[in-house]
Amino acid sequence: MSGDHAEPPIAARVRRLEERVIAAGLASDDELDGVLDRLYATASPVNGARMVARAWTDPAYRELLLADGNAAAAELGLAAPAYRLRVAANTAEVHNLVVCTLCSCYPISLLGPSPGWYKSFAYRSRAVREPRAVLAEFGLTLPPGTRIDVWDANAETRYLVLPRRPEGTGHLSEDELAALVTRRGLIGTAAV
Amino acid sequence: MSFAPGARVRVRAVDPDHHTRVPRYARGHVGEVVEREGEFPLADDRARGLPEPRVQAAYAVRFPAAELWGEGDHTVTLTMWESYLEEAE
Repeated sequence: MSGDHAEPPIAARVRRLEERVIAAGLASDDELDGVLDRLYATASPVNGARMVARAWTDPAYRELLLADGNAAAAELGLAAPAYRLRVAANTAEVHNLVVCTLCSCYPISLLGPSPGWYKSFAYRSRAVREPRAVLAEFGLTLPPGTRIDVWDANAETRYLVLPRRPEGTGHLSEDELAALVTRRGLIGTAAV
Repeated sequence: MSFAPGARVRVRAVDPDHHTRVPRYARGHVGEVVEREGEFPLADDRARGLPEPRVQAAYAVRFPAAELWGEGDHTVTLTMWESYLEEAE
């Protein structure tokens, strides 16, 4: 699995699809580029990390984040996601992992473009079947007593993992906490 | 038909010749409703270009790994539109 999202076979498939869309007169190359430019101008894992850091420091925000992800995104002034956002909190007992077995659904506006491995057949087929082994390959070995809840984004909901706040971070500011949060942590393939 | 959180539901063992959001691995299996997600146009109808796709309640349904795969101690949660589900005893 690579962390690179410029995998040639996928890029070639996407281009074939774009050509069909253009040939059918549904959109032009410029229009497609414009859509991507607007999206990538603001889509970043920094957004998801800000939500997590706020939840770590503000119990009321944490409650809102877990009850209504869309409202929590709006509270930080983030662009309204075009999907229902459901946030799953890691605890001492449960670790959450996100996958899309049917394609590669993912909250792009909050996590940025998805990593190549997220779209790979290997990750998509194995995450629902043997998540503990998959996580170990990512370097995350969970205690045997920790249950893994896998969320397969097969429909209208997109998922974000709320990692546990690392020990010994009581002195850090919200911005410093946000800098600790990784895209993999927000998908569930890393602890934070 | 609507399902409350905690209800045991079975995914209909359908194999339609059109697009569906029922992953094959969940067909025929029993899970528990976690929550109601809201109402959304049915993806099966949208993908077929039906002019008026059915709008149905969708539920987060959680399946034990052992139910899906015969082994494992994790869970898998999927979104299931109402018409994908039936009550399980």
